[in-house]
Amino acid sequence: MTTSPLADLDSQKAELLVSIGALSTLDALRDAEPSITGKRSILSSLQKSLGALEPEARRDAGAQLQEARREVEDALQIRREELTRAQRAESLENDRLDLGDVVVSAVRVPVSMGHPNLVATTQRELEDVFVGMGFTVADGPEVESDWYNFEALNIPPAHPARGLWDTFYVDLGEPETVVLRTHTSPTQIHLMEAAVVNNSLPIHSVMPGRCHRRDTPDSSHLPTFHQIEGLVVDRGITFADLAGVIETFTKSYFGTDIAARLRPGYFPFTEPSAEFEITCTICRGDGCRTCSQTGWLELGGSGMLDPAVLEAVGIDANEWSGFAFGFGIDRCAQMRYQVGDMRALIENDTRFLRQFS
Amino acid sequence: VKISLSWLREFVDLPESAATLRPTLDDLGLVVEGIDTIGEGLDDVVVARIDEIRAIDGADRVRLVVVDAGNGPLEIVCGATNFALGNHVPLAPVGATLPGGFEIAQRTMRGVTSNGMLCSGRELGLSEDHRGLLILDEMTTPQVGVGLMEALGIARDEIFDISVEGNRPDAWSVEGVARDLAIRLGRTLRSPALATPNSKDKSETFATAGIDAPDLCGRLTVSVLRHVVVRPSPAWLVQRLESAGMRAISNVVDASNYVMLELGQPTHPYDADYVAGRTIRVRRARAGETIQTLDGVERELAMPGRGLGDTGDDCVIVDGDDQLLGLAAIMGGASSGTRDSTTDVLLEAAFFDPMTVARSSKRHGLRSEASNRFERGVDWQLALRAAARFVEILKESTPELEWLTDPLDVRGDVPVAPTIELRVGDVERLLGVEISFEDSTIILRGLGFSVETSGGSLLVSAPSSRLDVRSGDAGRADVIEEIARLYSYLRLPRHTPTWPEPGGLNDQQRLRRQIQDVAVDLGVNVAWTPTLGSDGDFDLLSPGLARVRITNPLAEDESVLRASMLVGLVRAWGRNVERGTGNVLLGELGTVFAHPDTVEAPRVTKGGEGGTVLLKLPSENERFTILLGRANDDATTAVGLWSSVAERLGLEDVVVRSGLDVPTGFHPTRTAVLVDRASGTQLGYVGEVDPQLVAELVPSLINRRLAVLDIDVDVLANSSFVQRRSEIVRMPSRYPSAVVDLALVTPHGVHAQDLAHELRGASDLVEEVELFDVYRGINLAEGTRSLAFSVRFSSSDRTLSDEEVTGARNALITSAAALGANLR
Repeated sequence: MTTSPLADLDSQKAELLVSIGALSTLDALRDAEPSITGKRSILSSLQKSLGALEPEARRDAGAQLQEARREVEDALQIRREELTRAQRAESLENDRLDLGDVVVSAVRVPVSMGHPNLVATTQRELEDVFVGMGFTVADGPEVESDWYNFEALNIPPAHPARGLWDTFYVDLGEPETVVLRTHTSPTQIHLMEAAVVNNSLPIHSVMPGRCHRRDTPDSSHLPTFHQIEGLVVDRGITFADLAGVIETFTKSYFGTDIAARLRPGYFPFTEPSAEFEITCTICRGDGCRTCSQTGWLELGGSGMLDPAVLEAVGIDANEWSGFAFGFGIDRCAQMRYQVGDMRALIENDTRFLRQFS
Repeated sequence: VKISLSWLREFVDLPESAATLRPTLDDLGLVVEGIDTIGEGLDDVVVARIDEIRAIDGADRVRLVVVDAGNGPLEIVCGATNFALGNHVPLAPVGATLPGGFEIAQRTMRGVTSNGMLCSGRELGLSEDHRGLLILDEMTTPQVGVGLMEALGIARDEIFDISVEGNRPDAWSVEGVARDLAIRLGRTLRSPALATPNSKDKSETFATAGIDAPDLCGRLTVSVLRHVVVRPSPAWLVQRLESAGMRAISNVVDASNYVMLELGQPTHPYDADYVAGRTIRVRRARAGETIQTLDGVERELAMPGRGLGDTGDDCVIVDGDDQLLGLAAIMGGASSGTRDSTTDVLLEAAFFDPMTVARSSKRHGLRSEASNRFERGVDWQLALRAAARFVEILKESTPELEWLTDPLDVRGDVPVAPTIELRVGDVERLLGVEISFEDSTIILRGLGFSVETSGGSLLVSAPSSRLDVRSGDAGRADVIEEIARLYSYLRLPRHTPTWPEPGGLNDQQRLRRQIQDVAVDLGVNVAWTPTLGSDGDFDLLSPGLARVRITNPLAEDESVLRASMLVGLVRAWGRNVERGTGNVLLGELGTVFAHPDTVEAPRVTKGGEGGTVLLKLPSENERFTILLGRANDDATTAVGLWSSVAERLGLEDVVVRSGLDVPTGFHPTRTAVLVDRASGTQLGYVGEVDPQLVAELVPSLINRRLAVLDIDVDVLANSSFVQRRSEIVRMPSRYPSAVVDLALVTPHGVHAQDLAHELRGASDLVEEVELFDVYRGINLAEGTRSLAFSVRFSSSDRTLSDEEVTGARNALITSAAALGANLR
């Protein structure tokens, strides 16, 4: 009777595990690996020696050897991870710098020119125009409940008008109760609620901000975009005031040769509602491809606050009236600076960013 | 909707061209997106008869066809094969110009001369059909040599593509658009010809109808039409449908579509032989029921939907055996329609609850011409008028038909039109201009409103075609909008209001501008990176943490709200590096989000249907994150940048604290926390990006340090936490100051800035303390380093004496010693 080729397997394995534990660097581990699990390793030569066994014995011995190999390989992997961690810890430690000790006057930095963002600049220019007209500026959150984004704005669930806003739903609570705001209009509701609570009407505010719609990006749309919304709630406000504000804004921002006009539109939160158009900024009204030969470009929506919206926030429609308007900041930038493809705005190529001042 | 000028002209006299009418329609809120012309270039096309078909040697794709167009035999080479001898087809003779400007000339192919072109429907702009020649025999009884337009009874026409607003259910029809034009132009609106029942039999002797769900179906009418012959519609009708973008199918289906386009009432013709018990009922679908709709899709009914408050109501049409015939108002069942053999038709014209239709349509992802109209609100009083119009249209192609008297007419819950009081001054209060009651009345009556005068007010009630008009204050606004719309927005006055309250920016808005300006001055290019990222991006910084996920993302890698701008910025910087434009500072001022379960005090807001419950929403944090990506930037340049920013923002005493925990993504041993000394508030981080993160996101870069400054703008704007320099100016001393240098051997545990702070407070004479050197050497005690400060003493009212300077210096040394720092 011959002895099994695996008679010493346990001690051989133990020896290997000890040698793995003794590896102290990743380089050493890399160097030792072939002799532990490679073709010339003891495990491999044992594997070859199994060929001489009877089939049944070979199967058992093979399984035994396989188990031992797995143990060794696991140990190797664990050691590799330990050493990787240790190496990172060591290099981080070597890298350690007490930033409290930085001698600021000794820091040498090259002079480099920075550039503001086109959208932020446009937003600021728009804010300034409205601030000059007596508006304050208000911010609002990007994640809203369905109530603020839709229902308080007189867009109940299943309202066909919801199709106007392709909505990203946020996975929180009941389905479709939380959304990424599709427009800045929910900020109107927050402002009016706060004004009722604080008894601080009137409101004359613009609300710029980031919005999201589930639109596939193309040269004139991005799923994330910026809007600015205006809200006036005061005594004796009429549609004439709305038209006047839009006209004054247009001339102030785009130039005195650009006119604004209103035509009937539909928004659930305003009544009467109006789309507003401005003289085409490309052809200055002569008619061109951009404006489909009409001489006019659609800029945004507007209207007198719907009594249902005032009621939802608890404002007495017999005492107060108001209007709202809104349009895209990026679209304004695109029209004014003739940005051929909106997607350039989020690519952040510094050759694009460096053009703005 | 597409509406042809010729169709509008049946309702109102419109000698104007489409181009002339366009601005008028725009100003009525019926925005014209485009105008198509049809029948253009058909003047020269004539009817020709196929007399001979011959093969051409060596050509297998084309044949020689001999036709007669009234002037004897004409040889034409033709590629189509869908015709036979004796067929009549359109011929464009040599010299004709087809729609689109294609000129027909004599051509020679394979030695054969072609003297013109035989045309398909599409080549003539008459249909989309391009499979073969337009076979005229299927549409009319053509005469050889007659002009094609005359033969088909068609005329040049212009088609408006009108975008109808959501609150104008009435404008989804030719009649509705014509009504607006008639009022605006002061012309008469004509009613179309309507048939009347022509049978001795009563409808109830043949069929029955019923409503089991009166809340879902407000009215069900069923007209019985007997002795109908199903055949193609006349050419003019086909053209009308095609002008509106619909395909002709058969005279019965076409008449139904025609009436829908013309009057806005969808109808559904059933073959009476296939409706069990000749009974049509409307009921609520039951849980577990399914229906296969005409589009072949099997749909489960009465399943509650995802939308808020969607209980899963579906309204269905069933027959006498309670078998489903269709999904009411949306689409018929697979076997519900008429067929060639149909002779008896049950025509359903009904009113369905708009909200139920909208929810069903959304839930099943199924929209149709009918559902588009029903969900906006079809005029419930229109049903039998539409049936009469249907019969009138159908009679032309099947004059033998018989319409049974007293069509079945069952009522459920129909909307009640509100009455709105319009007081003197209401119009002016909303529009800023008075429009007289006389003018208002003309406009409103033209739109079908009923108007009465009562005690100095107008009592107005909306027609059943205007379900958008509400009651009370909201209804008054609705009515005034209609007056304004027809009066013309362009005629309304403009007035720029002023008010006493000042405008302006709040603290955070001013800070936002200031910090961006400072950053730009210091070399930062301001970027805009995506708000939505992938799970992988999120896991790079916060593995395993709850995240805010989008349920319906456009793409998987845009499905998680970012918790940091670091990943987006590093990626943007990496792209620039790869393009050779990355030697820059790149920053973004933006919002990052945290899941409500991961923050101590989540944002709570009103939500749920009616805003009646409180919801926990993600918290939002505005930050300004700046990458310093120039070749030699590292943590020290980031500290330098921070120091400049702090100086410009007037942050007097924010310290750079090393050795504190920093978030994943920042270099663990080369990032410090910015701490407001007085309050202990953390303002952000300064240092480097973790090299592991850079390696992950920009694999092409090895061993390049990427420095970072990350500022919490929300905290910074909250002035109660952060020490900002006093607004009150300090007048500089007019007397000479004395400068002394102090090298202090300081234990590692004592921060240089804390020591400097201590020195500043040690004597009233201290004007400024500045660290100018740090020395670590073998000749210093273990665990210490030498910090060299330059200290300037001054007094506002005298020149300091040597004794005073020495005394102050000693005071400084004493206070330093209290922290364990000793003069070297």
